[in-house]
Amino acid sequence: MIKFVLMVNRQGQTRLSRYYQPVELGKRAALEADVVRGCLYRKKEECSFVEYKDFKLVYRHYASLYIVVGITESENELSVYELVHNFVEVLDKYFSRVSELDIMFNMDKVHIILDEMIQNGHVVETNHSRILAPLSALDTLAHS
Amino acid sequence: MPAPIRLRELIRTIRTARTQAEEREMIQKECAAIRSSFREEDNTYRCRNVAKLLYMHMLGYPAHFGQLECLKLIASQKFTDKRIGYLGAMLLLDERQDVHLLMTNCIKNDLNHSTQYVQGLALCTLGCMGSSEMCRDLAGEVEKLLKTSNSYLRKKAALCAVHVIRKVPELMEMFLPATKNLLSEKNHGVLHTSVVLLTEMCERSPDMLSHFRKLVPQLVRILKNLIMSGYSPEHDVSGISDPFLQVRILRLLRILGRSDDDSSEAMNDILAQVATNTETSKNVGNAILYETVLTIMDIKSESGLRVLAINILGRFLLNNDKNIRYVALTSLLKTVQTDHNAVQRHRSTIVDCLKDLDVSIKRRAMELSFALVNGNNIRGMMKELLYFLDSCDPEFKADCASGVFLAAEKYAPSKRWHIDTIMRVLTTSGSYVRDDSVPNLIQLITNSVEMHAYTVQRLYKALLDDISQQPLVQVSSWCIGEYGDLLVSGQCEEEEPIQVTEDEVLDVLEGLLVSNLSTPVTRGYSLTAIMKLSTRFSSVNRIKKVVSIYGSSIDVELQQRAVEYNAMFKKYDHMRPALLERMPIMEKSSSNGPTEMVQTNGETEPSALESKHPPPVTQPTNQANDLLDLLGGNDVGPVIQTSMPTKPPSSGGELLDLLGDLSLTGGPTSAPVSTGPPPQPGFLLDGLSSQNLFNDISAAGIPSMTAYNKNGLKIEFTFERATPNPNIAVITIHASNTTDADMTEFVFQAAVPKTFQLQLLSPSSNVVPALNQGTVTQVIRVLNPQKQQLRMRIKLTYSHKGSAVQDLAEVNNFPPQSWQ
Repeated sequence: MIKFVLMVNRQGQTRLSRYYQPVELGKRAALEADVVRGCLYRKKEECSFVEYKDFKLVYRHYASLYIVVGITESENELSVYELVHNFVEVLDKYFSRVSELDIMFNMDKVHIILDEMIQNGHVVETNHSRILAPLSALDTLAHS
Repeated sequence: MPAPIRLRELIRTIRTARTQAEEREMIQKECAAIRSSFREEDNTYRCRNVAKLLYMHMLGYPAHFGQLECLKLIASQKFTDKRIGYLGAMLLLDERQDVHLLMTNCIKNDLNHSTQYVQGLALCTLGCMGSSEMCRDLAGEVEKLLKTSNSYLRKKAALCAVHVIRKVPELMEMFLPATKNLLSEKNHGVLHTSVVLLTEMCERSPDMLSHFRKLVPQLVRILKNLIMSGYSPEHDVSGISDPFLQVRILRLLRILGRSDDDSSEAMNDILAQVATNTETSKNVGNAILYETVLTIMDIKSESGLRVLAINILGRFLLNNDKNIRYVALTSLLKTVQTDHNAVQRHRSTIVDCLKDLDVSIKRRAMELSFALVNGNNIRGMMKELLYFLDSCDPEFKADCASGVFLAAEKYAPSKRWHIDTIMRVLTTSGSYVRDDSVPNLIQLITNSVEMHAYTVQRLYKALLDDISQQPLVQVSSWCIGEYGDLLVSGQCEEEEPIQVTEDEVLDVLEGLLVSNLSTPVTRGYSLTAIMKLSTRFSSVNRIKKVVSIYGSSIDVELQQRAVEYNAMFKKYDHMRPALLERMPIMEKSSSNGPTEMVQTNGETEPSALESKHPPPVTQPTNQANDLLDLLGGNDVGPVIQTSMPTKPPSSGGELLDLLGDLSLTGGPTSAPVSTGPPPQPGFLLDGLSSQNLFNDISAAGIPSMTAYNKNGLKIEFTFERATPNPNIAVITIHASNTTDADMTEFVFQAAVPKTFQLQLLSPSSNVVPALNQGTVTQVIRVLNPQKQQLRMRIKLTYSHKGSAVQDLAEVNNFPPQSWQ
């Protein structure tokens, strides 16, 4: 299962964090810093899977953002790699050419999208239109 | 008070902060504003405030005062409020907070709400952070929702059910009826989550597993449709339809087919189809192939399929994408135990991966290479591995070095190759090897008798080059001490002999003592080596000088040694040659370790001392001189007798250490000898019985024989085989006396031809009582690697009726079973 999803920028600032297994607040900062340090310093030739403590990290780099997903040993890393890309595509579709600022200023919406895709550590939905359906409904409600 | 700012404004303001302190200040100000706003119980802006609070929480600031507000938001009727409220609940609350129980009622109501989105929200939150009490209360609702026709809700309910089952495993049966027609859904989202639910149930309970086995055909059919159906825009990812679902189904098939032949058979076709049809140009295809390979490996598939799987992995290894190579190496590591031959085919690719830039790939390739080493490819593999050892990062060196040692031990084609390899490892990464490699190497060197000259020469040359690698220096100094005479005499068949003088050798060893790079352990080794050379070299004065200098060294260990050696020069000079004789062959007690140590009472004390003083000290051997005279000019090799630790009067009561970290079997015992030194206090017992020396000896029923019978003294030999090494024969002598006077100061000595090695352990006593009232027993161990006919020459000395008697005899009538 997926343990957590993090979005971090190159300076190490967390833009989004979602934990599917409870982690104490104090420990979160340390965990995030550690994880980010592990991923930010990797060179381009190195592979995107890192072994960290007793689980694995899958990270992908998009422009100024790093998306890091922590998964348990039994998960298929290549599949999660694809999932991250899928997530970014959905964000792209919703925000039309998403950038880091979009994510920063619409954190709640990004959370909603993430919730539609991943629920308590497992993938729920991968179809773009179905994921965005509730959000568009919400938007129309808010405007009306 | 003015309306609280929106979330966007807050984010913008925080971004303008230039330092951490400024940011903290802004946030604290905003927190205060939010707190006062909460106190005012303002409904309109609560949503906004909680959103800001969540943002601050994400940045790492405490936000617990917002928990109750989240609840209030959840209870509100507006969807936007509920949304933020549930989000807040998921982020801020978990089951450790007391507040969360208050949510139960809200969630219950929302689960029955008319709007599906609200129900979805509730399901999501419950699935995220529901505690076991909440789950128990609300499981019924979840189950009801699992059966609805609304696919949006069904998929969420399925995942919620997964959470419920995790928290409260007893409720699993409740969800069973609902799962009946989950798989007949068309909606991929529902399918996906149902597969997850089924996977979870199968993993938790073997009953469920057998129950769901009948779903295998259905799963196979779904998978087939996914592959065969053409382009479907809904779930397409780079040309493959719904790879996530495919991967999930494959995983479920893996769990279902794990130990079941029928299911595995049903899956064979589809697995082969997936493996061959999936496009591998993109990562997506590779992800599916990876999952397929894992499944094939786990179930009871036919061998053709397994070979196909390993070939796929081999193809992965050649892929340019490093992710895929990493994944391939990991899976190969898992399968190398079971499908060894198939993996061997890809050995060259794996060895190439050792040169990859990525650290994790290198580590995997190294582990895999060690797993693939066997007798045939040892030379080639070792070359590659040694090259890797030279160039790899320090974090790998220790593991690689131990791996190389293990592999070399198991598959070394020749002793010389073995020694060469170990030397290469020591010279390149000597500082990273494990501590027990030094004694292992020493033991290996002593065992390969014919290589002594070659080894000592090479080690000497290595020592000249570099004295910084401690294990290498220790081994070299030990060897030079032992075989220094071979070095100086320049006899070496294997290599070009070098000309070395005694002074040069002593220079090197003294250099070690003085150098800053040497650790105290190394210094101990070199001091002992210098001492040993005093019998092998002629420049004794120089050695005496060195030893006496260190008699006042600050290092206590060195000082003790030097003082004891000094005493050897002064008082015990007659014993010095005997004490500093060559080492016996040591046996490797790899598995039995300490239990094979001679369990005489005298032993346990020295073994305790051993652990305190790790560097080895020469065993003083006794009376070897006399026996050498005995053997005269015959082709009988040097006898190795057991030792008696001398007691230098200066160190009151302490024993000289026996070989410290070398694990000896039937090792050196301590026995008082008939030359009459005072009985050692306590630990060296007279009258040790050397009977219980070996714990598991299989007496092969070899007949005993009488070796000597003259003048009333009868000596009988009984035979046994020591189990760890079939080349070793254990002979116990029983000496009995038929005359009417005791034979006191009885000493038994033995010598064997050069091809054998002999070890004499301590006798039970040195008085043979008269008139067969008792026997003296002593154990002899003979190493007979070439299985030649055993011959022995024995010498007996004793005192009988006041006069000393000496006798020599040859024993030739050994029964054939004793040496075969």
